[in-house]
Amino acid sequence: MQPKTIIEKIWDTHAVMSEKGKPNLMFIDLHMVHEVTSPQAFEGLRLAGRKVRRPDLTFATMDHNVPTQNRMSITDSIAKKQMETLANNCEEFGIDIADLNSPNNGIVHIIGPQMGLTQPGKTIVCGDSHTSTHGAFGALAFGIGTSEVEHVLATQTIWQSKPKTMEVRVNGRLNPGATAKDIILSIIAKHGVDFGTGHVLEFTGEAIRGLTMEERMTICNMSIEAGAKAGLISPDQVTIDYLKGREKVPDGEAFEKLAQEWRDTASDEGAVYDAVVEMDSEEIEPMVTWGTNPSQGIGIHKQIPDPANAESDHDRRAIQQSLDYMDLKPGMKMTEVEIQHVFIGSCTNSRISDLRAAAKIAEGRKVADGVRALVVPGSQAVKMQAESEGLDKVFLEAGFEWRESGCSMCLSMNPDFVPEGERCASTSNRNFEGRQGKGARTHLVSPAMAAAAAVAGRFVDIRDLKKPSLQ
Amino acid sequence: MEPIIVHEGNTAVLPRVNVDTDQIIPKQFLKRVERTGFGQFLFFDWRFLADGTPDPSFELNKPEAEEASVLLADHNFGCGSSREHAPWALQDYGFRVIIAPSFADIFYNNCFKNGILTIRLPEKQVYELMDNGKEEYYKLKVDLEHQTIQDSKGFEAGFEIDPYWKEMLLKGWDEISLTLQYADHIDAYEKQRGI
Ligand code: SF4
Repeated sequence: MQPKTIIEKIWDTHAVMSEKGKPNLMFIDLHMVHEVTSPQAFEGLRLAGRKVRRPDLTFATMDHNVPTQNRMSITDSIAKKQMETLANNCEEFGIDIADLNSPNNGIVHIIGPQMGLTQPGKTIVCGDSHTSTHGAFGALAFGIGTSEVEHVLATQTIWQSKPKTMEVRVNGRLNPGATAKDIILSIIAKHGVDFGTGHVLEFTGEAIRGLTMEERMTICNMSIEAGAKAGLISPDQVTIDYLKGREKVPDGEAFEKLAQEWRDTASDEGAVYDAVVEMDSEEIEPMVTWGTNPSQGIGIHKQIPDPANAESDHDRRAIQQSLDYMDLKPGMKMTEVEIQHVFIGSCTNSRISDLRAAAKIAEGRKVADGVRALVVPGSQAVKMQAESEGLDKVFLEAGFEWRESGCSMCLSMNPDFVPEGERCASTSNRNFEGRQGKGARTHLVSPAMAAAAAVAGRFVDIRDLKKPSLQ
Repeated sequence: MEPIIVHEGNTAVLPRVNVDTDQIIPKQFLKRVERTGFGQFLFFDWRFLADGTPDPSFELNKPEAEEASVLLADHNFGCGSSREHAPWALQDYGFRVIIAPSFADIFYNNCFKNGILTIRLPEKQVYELMDNGKEEYYKLKVDLEHQTIQDSKGFEAGFEIDPYWKEMLLKGWDEISLTLQYADHIDAYEKQRGI
């Protein structure tokens, strides 16, 4: 048999209808729903007198609007209405929901994996672009818009044109200090914000195989920032071990059978991709973005680029536009840039290993004067786990704020935001203009780099942190 | 949905690259539970000054962009968040056609689903149209049936479009009713997989 990629395998087993030259009708195994992109979809169903076809394959949570302090007394009446609307819709249509009282509550892309809903070989959609996170398990997972949410609710299917496949191979082993976040920021910095357009990326190579599931999620999470439809990683023993014993994963013989199916989903040796890009781990350093899209990132010791040296007119304009917004000058070093805020959280980097990495830096140090640093766990379960390990105390003693879970300052729809003109070192995935607040300036970094920036008051190389001047 | 067969309208030029959906409709307006009324918030942070008055330097506030229904945009338009509020806002503001050298995938599809025609043209042609669009009341005629774009000065270009989306737009169809016609296929699929 012709060797196949995991992408083709999942595609072929999920096509309900495939007519040549037309989009295929794809069956969806898991549909995750949250409060922001669903109300208009449920409204549409109601208006047309339609039902949810498979409530059993649908799961809802509240995350985007949730306050991270006093989460039960929501003062923003519109946010409150949106959450109540979701709860009512779930009740009306018979959908399970992890509401604010549920121990499973958290960011949609954190709780799917955590509960074991996310599994290899599944097709997964959610009205949120970072659905690609679930690809870390070898699932074909992508974000959809509200019309598509309504379509999936009504039919459990979606029309999709077969995407092209792209292998993103990360060779070699990571340098000390470099993390999964630095891998993906480096790939995007090297190949641009749209190199993945029209493709599903499969991350392969020694560096990827060596990552834990949580690190793999960070990588797949940001596939969308490369313009890709989705990003995934073929399942292996690491995937299987992670899923074993999780709430929604069967045990005993059923598990063994499932695990074998999962192994079979992995890309075959010799499978051919439509495109291949490569990255050498040696090139990867701790990264910081200086601009207003995730490809505008550089190694911590590099200089901010000069638009005059840009290759095309289009690049020159993009660089200038970003520098103006970020109030930075060409030639500056990132280590000269001072910050006023730090955000450790979001579906990119708010899992327990992220918090541990940040806590390791925070331990025994103090947040610099004039810096506000927030730690926002990705889910209530992550929060409880961190507290059982005493990480909350480490953060609090160092002067960080320890919050309840949610999306928080990743997109600042809740009360957490960065004031105009101020700078934030953030572990989230988007440094777009205004993302963290009107006029806010966002720099994307790994959790350890964010914690280091908090204690230094500016960007520093975590590898230099042992130097006494920074202690 | 309202079908698009031939659309003729005034153009607005937005020569900015990588315009993301956070700019198209800033997140403070995503909390509404309705589908309509988003046009007033389109490009809010660019369009209005701190005191709430229109920023005269913003492209859509310029006289030549008045009553525009065809948007001329730059590379990677609509990148970022998958929020469908972006096409809702563009449509509610009055845009029916968006022309750019490249679009972000999710946004591109979201537009079709909401009755907006998105057209990819080579960069050179888009920049030519943008240049022309600097004058007031520069109109374009987009013929979806024949897949052509024309102005009154002799510009003429063809464009590609997925035949599926073309038919949906020409007929003004809603996708769910289309799919529900295939309900037995879905039943059979579920049965075969035992799910
Ligand atoms: S954490 Fe940020 S990127 Fe992730 S789902 Fe929430 S808002 Fe979206």
